Amino acid sequence: MKPRKKTWQELPCGAIIEDLSAVLENKTGAWRSMRPVWKADRCINCLTCWIYCPDSAIMVEDGKMKGPDYNYCKGCGICANVCPPKVHAIEMVKEQK
Amino acid sequence: MARLKELCKNKELFSKGHRACAGCGEALAVRQILLAAQEPVVTIMPTGCLEIFSSIYPESAWQVPMIHTAFETAASTASGVEAAYRFQKKMGRLKKDIKFIAFGGDGATYDIGFAALSGAIERRQRFLYVCTDNEAYMNTGIQRSSATPYGAHTTTSPAGTKVPGKRQHRKDIVEVAIAHNIAYAAQTTVALWNDLVTKVQKALATPGPSFLNVLVPCPLGWRYPSSETIRVSRLAADTCFWPIYEHQSGYKITYEPKTKLPIEEFLKPQGRFSHLFKDESGKKIIREIQDYIDEKWALLHKKQAAFPMPQAQV
Amino acid sequence: MILAKTGNEAMAYAMRQINPDVVAAYPITPSTEIVQLFATYVNDGLVDTEFVPVESEHSAMAACIGSAASGCRTMTATASQGLALMHEMLFIAGGLRLPITVPIASRSLSSPLNIHCDHSDSFASRDSGWMQFFAETVQEGYDTLLQAVKIAEMASLPAIVSIDGFILSHCMERIDVLNDQDVRDWLGPYKPNYNLLNLEHPILIGPAALQDYYFEFKRSQIEGMRNALPVIKQVTQDFNQLSGRAYGIVEEYRCDDARAVILLMGSACGAGRAAVDKLRHEGKKVGMVKLRVFRPLPHGLLKKTLSGFKTIGVLDRVDAVNSYGGPLYTEITSLLYDAVEKPRVFSYVYGLGGKEFTPEDAEAVLRSVLTGKKEELVTYVGVR
Repeated sequence: MKPRKKTWQELPCGAIIEDLSAVLENKTGAWRSMRPVWKADRCINCLTCWIYCPDSAIMVEDGKMKGPDYNYCKGCGICANVCPPKVHAIEMVKEQK
Repeated sequence: MARLKELCKNKELFSKGHRACAGCGEALAVRQILLAAQEPVVTIMPTGCLEIFSSIYPESAWQVPMIHTAFETAASTASGVEAAYRFQKKMGRLKKDIKFIAFGGDGATYDIGFAALSGAIERRQRFLYVCTDNEAYMNTGIQRSSATPYGAHTTTSPAGTKVPGKRQHRKDIVEVAIAHNIAYAAQTTVALWNDLVTKVQKALATPGPSFLNVLVPCPLGWRYPSSETIRVSRLAADTCFWPIYEHQSGYKITYEPKTKLPIEEFLKPQGRFSHLFKDESGKKIIREIQDYIDEKWALLHKKQAAFPMPQAQV
Repeated sequence: MILAKTGNEAMAYAMRQINPDVVAAYPITPSTEIVQLFATYVNDGLVDTEFVPVESEHSAMAACIGSAASGCRTMTATASQGLALMHEMLFIAGGLRLPITVPIASRSLSSPLNIHCDHSDSFASRDSGWMQFFAETVQEGYDTLLQAVKIAEMASLPAIVSIDGFILSHCMERIDVLNDQDVRDWLGPYKPNYNLLNLEHPILIGPAALQDYYFEFKRSQIEGMRNALPVIKQVTQDFNQLSGRAYGIVEEYRCDDARAVILLMGSACGAGRAAVDKLRHEGKKVGMVKLRVFRPLPHGLLKKTLSGFKTIGVLDRVDAVNSYGGPLYTEITSLLYDAVEKPRVFSYVYGLGGKEFTPEDAEAVLRSVLTGKKEELVTYVGVR
């Protein structure tokens, strides 16, 4: 449940944003029409998809791939496009409703 | 030289959840730059795509301090911020060393904010100015800027029946920065992440103003499928449409394509150039573009030979 | 301490005493000397200020905004075309609630180009969310600039302090200045509402706000301007304690039993006083009302003060080219509209482009106001 919007008296003095985590409420994963499917067994952890994702939606932990963050992935397809052709660990498929 | 295994341990300072288009080159550039810069960093931006998709109240994708004022004011606002920093350091009110990065699109940098950028560099204000260049005023719907390449279709330089797109070549903004005797200037693009990261870190270590021009492909404005952003960016470098070089008391080309590809390879995947492939008059323009690219590339080599970048730099 | 100073010199002297953290400025006639004198203070080490010699007034205001948002007391100085060039940034400073204080040497706006005094520059920006003070004398300009810094910081609103271009800016007056330490102690350090350089508490300043938030932000800013009047009153009283010089928001001169008054801002009040004295000497019941604070518009106080008179001549040193009347006139008549006692109000526009407004001109205006009759909608004083 989204919190109710602030009244004018509750707004900060001057136009500023203090809560830098509010952006995470915006689940851009809802935008997708295509979804990246990651095949962990084929992945060589080169992290190429990670460095080229405009939405930081490839999850990496300790240098190891964990997969796409479907809450925020917009389905642009860059990750599948840059995955080395011989590796082919990411495939774009149509997003289910 | 950065390594992805090291870089992935850095803090993501540009959060997911922003409203950039899928496949946006500019969002990617900002993310890569902040990964390279790390804290403490304070950022400044003008109005544009970046501002709109990263800062609609109450959401801010920026996990570091950021100020936006107006369209033509990235460099001038940054000048004020940096002056405030210098004052507080001088008076002992601030102990930490802070890096400053001003971001501006090509509209804000080449055109409306040109004077402010020139003034800031001339005054030797210490910040890194990054131009995220997608070669048009994208936020207002793809209008031409002085960064739009010759022959490209935009809504104010349309490919019409009488006039086939933009009739002027792009402004060479990096040369303009160099003419100001700037401490460090460079050009790079998102596909060459290592080159970009190295240049960001080098610029931030340089005392004095620095300028980085980053080509950021735009799926909507350049008319190509969103998945191709990195491929198009790489083609820009491999066709030498976008020379990858730096300048610090001398020139250094930091990326020589293994095979220099013909300019068609860069133009073909983009709808904004599709009118050039329709008939002989379009093909003539392609040849003109090729000649221009070759001339500039040869000239850059001449400059590198005549004024090479000295080895031991900061 | 008594000194002989021109308006520009006095403003620069005040700025030296204020010792702002950052000044980003560009020269323009007739305020140029303020910037020049201040630059000399900087390079002689008489202030701690970081001076940014920007390449345009637009950049000056942008840099001032950047600096004020980064925890620094910030000032600049300008006039006329320079203020006009800053126009979009003024609204931004207002919306961000940054207490930037700016002395201006009021000058007309082109075209045609004219470097002399009128109030068209500050009036053109009257909607920008800046407080606006108009000084009658160099002494008042000096005093008001000191007060404005404090008012701006307490009200979280930017402020313009106007001294009439050339008339005050370039004319020497005998003024009484405070000593440096008193000014420093009275002003104290700048306590910003927010600070971009506070890394412990990173924020974003200047977001985009859509239809769901913009109006709410504006309502908050409007409230800020409304709350400025009590702040002004308080600071003026404090300044009186410090200096022994008292100022009002609306000042009356010989209005006690006046039937006809003229309402003025700025240096022309001097001519106004002379005219009132002349007519009073003839036994005429006239007076002058001086408005010191134009923004926020002290509408309650003005309504109370003005509704007692029979006729009022409002003198505007600017014309808003609205095919109607002087802009101050339109605000005065508007605030008197639902007064129980409604005086007759006449519009006079004078002194555009520095056209001389002498005590004789003021006298003629006062006599005309006294007749209670007006043929034209607006009288353009002294136009051939």
